[in-house]
Formats: sequence, C-alpha cells, structure tokens
Amino acid sequence: MKLLFEESKKGRGNAFLPAADTGSYVPDEKYLRKSALHLPEMAEVDIDRHYTQLAKQTHGVNDGFYPLGSCTMKYNPRIDEETASLPGFTQIHPLQPLSSVQGCMEVLYRSEKLLCEITGMDAMMFAPAAGAHGEYTGLLLIRKYHQERKDFERVNIIVPDSAHGTNPASAVMAGFKVVNIPSNDKGGVDLDALRNAVGKDTAGLMLTNPNTLGLFDPNILEITKIVHEAGGLCYYDGANLNAIMGRVRPGDMGFDCVHLNLHKTFATPHGGGGPGSGPVGCKAFLQRYLPCHKVEKKEEGYVFTDPEMSMGQVRSYYGNFLVVVKALTYILTLGKEGIREASGKAVLNANYMMHRLKEKYEVAYDQTCMHEFVLSLEGLKKQTGVSAMDIAKGSLDFGIHPPTMYFPLIVHEALMFEPTETESKEVIDEAVKIYLDLYDKALSDPEYLHSAPHHCPIGRPDETKAAREPVLKYEFND
Amino acid sequence: MFKNPEELKYTKTHEWVKEEDGLWVVGLTDYAQDALGDIVFVNLPEVGDEVKAGEVFSDVESVKAVSDVYSPVSGVVAEVNEAIVDDPSLVNGDCYGAWMIKVKDVSGTDDLLDAKAYEEVCAQEA
Amino acid sequence: MGRYIPETKAQQEEMLKQIGARSLDDLYDMVPEKARLNDLHIPEGKSEMEVYEELCDIADKNTVFKSVFRGAGVYKRYIPAIVKTITSKEEFLTAYTPYQAEISQGVLQSIFEYQSQMCELTGLDVSNASVYDGAVAAAEGIFMTLERKKNEVLVSDTIDPETMQVIKTYCESRDVKLVVLKNRDHKTDLEEIEKAITENTAGLYVESPNFYGLIEDVEALAKRMHESGGRIVMGFDPIALALYKTPGEMDVDIAVGEGQQLGMPMGFGGPYLGIMTCKKELMRKLPGRIVGQTEDHDGRRAYVLTLQAREQHIRREKASSNICSNEALCAMTASVYLAAMGPRGLYDAALNSYRNAHYLAEELGKIGFTRKDEGEFFDEFLSVSPVDPDLLEEKLAQRKILSGLKVEDGILWCATELNNKAKIDELIKAIGEVL
Repeated sequence: MKLLFEESKKGRGNAFLPAADTGSYVPDEKYLRKSALHLPEMAEVDIDRHYTQLAKQTHGVNDGFYPLGSCTMKYNPRIDEETASLPGFTQIHPLQPLSSVQGCMEVLYRSEKLLCEITGMDAMMFAPAAGAHGEYTGLLLIRKYHQERKDFERVNIIVPDSAHGTNPASAVMAGFKVVNIPSNDKGGVDLDALRNAVGKDTAGLMLTNPNTLGLFDPNILEITKIVHEAGGLCYYDGANLNAIMGRVRPGDMGFDCVHLNLHKTFATPHGGGGPGSGPVGCKAFLQRYLPCHKVEKKEEGYVFTDPEMSMGQVRSYYGNFLVVVKALTYILTLGKEGIREASGKAVLNANYMMHRLKEKYEVAYDQTCMHEFVLSLEGLKKQTGVSAMDIAKGSLDFGIHPPTMYFPLIVHEALMFEPTETESKEVIDEAVKIYLDLYDKALSDPEYLHSAPHHCPIGRPDETKAAREPVLKYEFND
Repeated sequence: MFKNPEELKYTKTHEWVKEEDGLWVVGLTDYAQDALGDIVFVNLPEVGDEVKAGEVFSDVESVKAVSDVYSPVSGVVAEVNEAIVDDPSLVNGDCYGAWMIKVKDVSGTDDLLDAKAYEEVCAQEA
Repeated sequence: MGRYIPETKAQQEEMLKQIGARSLDDLYDMVPEKARLNDLHIPEGKSEMEVYEELCDIADKNTVFKSVFRGAGVYKRYIPAIVKTITSKEEFLTAYTPYQAEISQGVLQSIFEYQSQMCELTGLDVSNASVYDGAVAAAEGIFMTLERKKNEVLVSDTIDPETMQVIKTYCESRDVKLVVLKNRDHKTDLEEIEKAITENTAGLYVESPNFYGLIEDVEALAKRMHESGGRIVMGFDPIALALYKTPGEMDVDIAVGEGQQLGMPMGFGGPYLGIMTCKKELMRKLPGRIVGQTEDHDGRRAYVLTLQAREQHIRREKASSNICSNEALCAMTASVYLAAMGPRGLYDAALNSYRNAHYLAEELGKIGFTRKDEGEFFDEFLSVSPVDPDLLEEKLAQRKILSGLKVEDGILWCATELNNKAKIDELIKAIGEVL
C-alpha cells in the first residue's frame, strides 16, 4: 500500500476554508518558517479511498472474534458513539463558565456515583487517560497518604510476578521501589511470601483479582488483611473487573483504591490503542489526596473543588470526557441486572471455551476460571517445535485475532484467551474447532505453522530489522 | 554445542572475562547471545563509571526481551565498545570478539569459572 | 436477556451443563462468602431509546456557544467533514493496540504516517505514536532530559497553567527538582535562567506561543541551555507551525504539543492528543509506542511496533515510562486532518487565525480593551479589561458568545479561522451594548 506522501501530487488540494476577510496582517519575516512543509496534497476522494484501504487491512472487534486476553475486547455499542457525538458534549470548551457546563458535570458526577457503587469505593475521578495512567494516580494516593503521616520509610510496592508490566513501571514512576513476590502452585498470591515481604517499608500491594491467569484468588481477604496489618494499603488493578462486576467489589475485598479501564470493562472502543479512560477510585480516607477539579454537588448546582491535600494534576482538565459519556451510556443501558449478567456470561464463555479446548490443549492452571484462561503450549512445542506464536499466527488465517501471547510471564508458551460475554456459542464453537484443527496441524505439518500466516496482507514482519535499522518516518527527497 | 574458549574465565550469569594489558575485558558468552536471539540494542555504562562484581552494569535488548548483564569484576570502566552500540549484531556474530567494557583498577572478582565448569552451568540450564 | 449478549437461555443451559455447573453463580464458588455482593444499588437497565433521550437531556444542560473567543490551550477550529467519517470507521474504532502486525497494517501504517507528519511539522527526527495530552507530553519530555547526574529542570512560568500543574505532579513523584522561572513582561527571562542554572540542570521547558500568546525567543534559550550541556523542550502549537519557525530550525531537542487543534472537538477536555518528537540522538529515551518500517519474509513493505524493549511490558520496573494505551485514534484524527488540509490548507488556517486575531486586537483596542503586552503574537493575546470580566462573560454568554478568559491581569482573547470579520464585529457591538 502506498503511503499518503506517495499518493501526493503537487497542486492538489481541497477548499475547506475561505480567505480571511479581516485584513492583510502578516508576521514579520524573521519569525517565519523557512523549511518546506511536506504534507500530503490530495483530493478528498483519494484520501477517503486511502483510509478505506487501510481499514481493510485492520482487524477490529467488528471484523471478527477478538479473544485477546486481559484486553476485554467486547462489542462496542453504537449508541455510545451517538451520545458521545452530541454537540452538547463535543462543542464544550473545558474552561466555560460553570453555569454553562452543568450537563458535563452531571455526566462526571453520575458516572462517579455508579462506578463507586460497582467498585465499593467512596470517590472516583476521571482525570487519568488510560489504565497505566490510573495506576500512577492511584499509587500517588498511597504515596501522599504515607507522606502526610510522615511515614517516609514506606517506599516499597509489592507486586506479584504474574502482574501486568504496567504495575511495576507505574510504581517506579510514582516514586516507589518494586518488590516482586512469586505465585503459589494454584496461581494465586503465595501467602508466606507475602508475609515475608511486608514490613515497615511496605507502602502497598498492587493486585489484579481475578489475576492475569484468569483466576480469582480465594485468599483475597487474608491477603489484604496481611498488607493492612503491616501498615500498607491495597491497590486494585481494575483491568479484569469484567469478570466480577455486580458480584463482588474491590472495596469489599479490602482494597483501598482502584483504577478501572472504561475501554475494557465498560465497552468503550479502544481505537487501535486509545483513547481510553482510567478513572481512579478510593475509599473516603484517601479522598483528600485526589487530583484537582473534583466534581461536587452543591445546592446551587455542580462545582469543581480541589481536594484538601490534592496530589495536583495528572492530566489537563478532567480527563477523556467523551469516553466517560460512552461508559455512562453503557452503564445506564445495562443497569443492575445487565451488569451482573455481563460478568456472569463472560465467565461462562471463558469456562466453556477452556473446557472445549482441553480436549487437546493443556491448561496452565486447570480449575474454574473467571473471564479468561491461559493455555501452556510448552508440551506441544517440545513435541512438535510448534510454539504459542505459531498457533497464534495460524489463527490469523481464519479471521480470528489471536489470544495474548507469552503473558503472563510465569507460564511458558502461554496463550491467554478472553472471549467476553458479547460472543455467541456459535462463534466460540467455530473458534474452538479452528484451534483444535491447528493443534492437529502442529502434529502433521509443523512447517506450515512456522511460516503462518499464509493469507494475510503480509507475512510475519522482520522485527529484528525494524529494531536494528529503525525507519520511523517517511524520507522526503527534496 | 556452545563455544567456550579455554583461555577465558566465566560467570554463572553468562559473561566472559579476560585480563589483557592490565585491563579486564568483559563480554557476553555464546550461550547468552544464543538464548537472547537477535540482539538489537546494547546499553553500556560510561567511561569512569564504577562497576561491582556481581552487579548489573549493562543491559542488552532483543526484539521482545531485555536482559541484565552482570560485571564479573569490581573496578572502574576504562573503555566501552562503541562498535556494538552502532551494530549490535556483532555480539551475535562474534561474541568473544565483540567485548563490551574494559575495566581498570580491579579490586576484586566474582566467583569465576573455567571453561569446563562453565560448560556444566550451560548444560544444566539447557 | 441482557444487553449485547447473543446467547439464548437454552444455549446458556447447555453450556453450563457441559462444564458441569448448575448456574452462573456456581462459577463464583471460590469467592469468599463475606465478600460477595448481594445487591448492586444502581438503577435497572433501560431501553436504548430511553437512554438516548436521557443523554440528550443532559447534553442540553450545557451551552453550545455560537462564537468562541476563548482558547487558553483548547481551540475551536473548523474540522473538515471527512475527518469524522474516516475516524468513525469501525475497523479503526474497535481495534486494540496493533500487536499482531499481519492483521493491523492499516493502523500501523496510519501511525507511521502520523509520525512522519509530526516530524515534518516540528522539523525533528523521531516521533512516537502519541501520549495522553499536551500536558503529559510536556512532563514526559522533561523526563527525557534527565541524566544520571542531572536531576534539575527549569520551567518558565509563561506556560499553560494546566500543563504546569501536571509537570509539578510528575516531577514531585519522581523526585525531580523543579525550578519555576519568573517571567519578564510575560516572556521567559534569560536572566532568570542565568540565576537558576546549575551543573545539575538537565533541561528547560518553554512554550511558544506561550500561555499569553507571545512568541518566545526559543533560539536564544536553546543556545543558552546547550552551552551548559542541558536540553531544551519546547511546547508548540501545531497550527502555528505552518507559519512560524519550527523547533528543529531553532535547535530544540524535544518538541511537545497538544494536538487537539488537529481535527478534535473541544469535548470538555478530551480525548486530546499528546505529540512528542525529538532529535535522533534521544530516540531511545522517547516514551510510548513507536512504529517502524520493515519487510516481511517475501520482501513486502510492512510496519510494526518497534524499539519495544524500552517499554513497560518488557522492561517492567526499569521502563522509562509506564504508558501502554495512548491516543491512537486521536493521532489518526490529526493525520487525516493534516492530509485533508494539505500544506496550503494548514497555512490558511494559521494565517486566517493570525489575521482574525490581529483584527480582533485592533478593534478591542478601540473600545478600551488595549493589549497588555508587546511583541509578536499568533492567535491569542492579553488585553486589559475596563469592565468586570465576570460581568462581561455573563452578558456575552446571554448572546451565545464565549468571551476571552479572565486571567490574573486581564483577559486572554483568542481568534481562530472561525472568528471572521462578522463574528468579531458582532462581539465588538455586543461589548458596546454591555459597557
């Protein structure tokens, strides 16, 4: 496919703007840009076709099954796009007078109340723009808490070895040191390792539950108790909330603060890598440290306040507001029963798919899973040489987005499936058949899978070349 | 099998070291470069930095992994091999020629293995 | 049946039977009794029609202004219709981060095109695939200047206050020493830099145009920083770069900007787009996703996420940033906007804004709202206010006009290509009636 710049023809263009009618003011020569500005010169029709071609080379949830573990690639309802496109939301300047933005503030306020109820928290804010950003903000709550108590020794954040990579990275950004602890043989937190790890230097624990193996940790109350007794706080990574919403709440499991991924659990589209929204929630005793611009409801209407000991700001204004509109639309549509049903069906679909795949594949931890499960292809690889990557690439030829590969790190040759609740039994059955056939193919013709995919716009790209000789932009000749 | 030249000393963490004109030359072993796969970037310390035996002094990146490199000796970095920064494939091509750092003022070493002992370490991990 | 769930009751029973469970609740057996939720206290679900009506009612509680003379970091501009059409394509909208290159060439190529455009706009060598917004881009840009032995940064107080807040939070959390430089006549003061600079100074952050709309002498600032072995990070306005000297031309090391103006609506603050570009020597310090060009095994051109070993999913606690999801669709929006406008269209947007703003300054001056500052400005400027700015705001709002923003020593006015002669004359007339 040609790049925009390769389709450009000097002299082509569009007429979107009239000439200015306010005079012929021009900046002084000495301020002016001297270098040429190479932007594409294209007619509208060619731009349209260019992106239609690019769309055809992109697989979204609407193109087919997308069981990418840990990413909750559920269907993105169209109505959510509609409401977020209302001019009454899109055409609002963030610095308008309060009286003219009461609707926007109502969106933030009501979303806060609903999500607090769903998570068991007392306050929620939408400033963080993505999950990792939410983690960072939540960890700053913990940092501020210990600082205000002059507990400066508490510099360690405990992270299990099965955690998302963002957890340790966020902890360091928030000024903490990371202490990794191993998982037990059931895939949960090793309680003895946790007891040994906590102490006067413990600032907190970061945990995903269900964890990245898709397993709910039955010791969760004991875990949070151990951390609290040591003087630390418990942070809930909400990446996997889709499994449990409406059934068990982070707040009731003993967590003090959380972040959510609205672009996972609450069905807002991921846009090929964002915009997401990663609201941060907390119990009442942490509220005073939340970011600035918190919405409060007063008699005269909604107002913004800055919490007493606010951490400051982590993003401009109030976060990815239009994404919040989509999530609110979704929650209002589902309601209390819909939320509960969504989690239940997500868990059912995962267990069903796991059960069917067990016919041939080895499950890393063979027990009832939550919304996702992890296969280990270590045995298959030893036997045939076919790796998790090969199976994943093989599934591309059947229009399936592969599961998450090689994660979590504690499972060798891992494939992590998350079918979500919005896929039907027929879709899952069809996918199961494809994966079982791929297993047979691994036994009969491993070479075929080593070189898969065979029917995609490109074959496997040379990533070593990309990293060793980086070409990161188009080079213009003149 | 992996090449482990007799004249070098090794660490359990897969670095090699040799003394040469008063400097200790450090690099990655054949086993290490093979396990990492295609190396795409090498992160080296600066001349004058202190290194400590058994502690990380560098990391190397392959496409989908990053691995720490531990110093076999304690001392001060006298030279770094800029050539492998410019072309990391040299480490894959000739790991015993593509040294990483040279250390001076060496005050101590980690437990160093001879080629035979190191071969056993590799055999156990494989 | 629940919403967006295709399974029928019968299918559900069949699936439960196959896995040996009686009910959905059975699947949650391992959840401790004490932690289980009996009743979720949120309203019952509603039909799509009801929810749509409800959201429309909420949206109606906001005021959509007919003409907007307020900028201060967020700008109302004309967005060509094609921008929304393209970025609403469901393939782009509903895809995840392009981990699987073979079925993501569309998204990957569009990011590569975006990176190329950002390099072209700023005159620098390397761009990432975006970060959350301009303020976070500034904070991340400042971190890029840090070196093991240099842990202090200077920030001019002429920058956007929202950005300043974010920089403060980020620096505090990483124990980076932040020195805020006092301005002279609303411009960055070289003398203040001389006073503040030490051997530990890693970098300086300035914006041009700055918060007051003024063009800063970035070349001199860059030269000064480089003399001391420091870096300069410049916050830019992407529309202004069609007209004004690029960061690259002024020897800036790292350029960051808010990309909202490139095709995104104001949206009460987001989603927006954090743009980051830098000199090649800083490539490996750049946070976030980067797309690179390579080949597949048949020699076909292909695009992939590259230099990934910098990132959190590989480097974990040693990563330079924790960013994972960015603002990919916003980056595509910017890219489509720039392709649609083309070099001529972008230049027109910039020049029209410049002209409208200068006409506005002149007309406001005639009725007592004279400019407070001297020096070159692009599409924003500060004026004195002969009336109570709050009263002015209220009176203009009744006429569906959003006045300039009240700041501590005046009113910050803005005009874009949308604020043409008729709109400005209407504003002047309205102010006349209020006075």
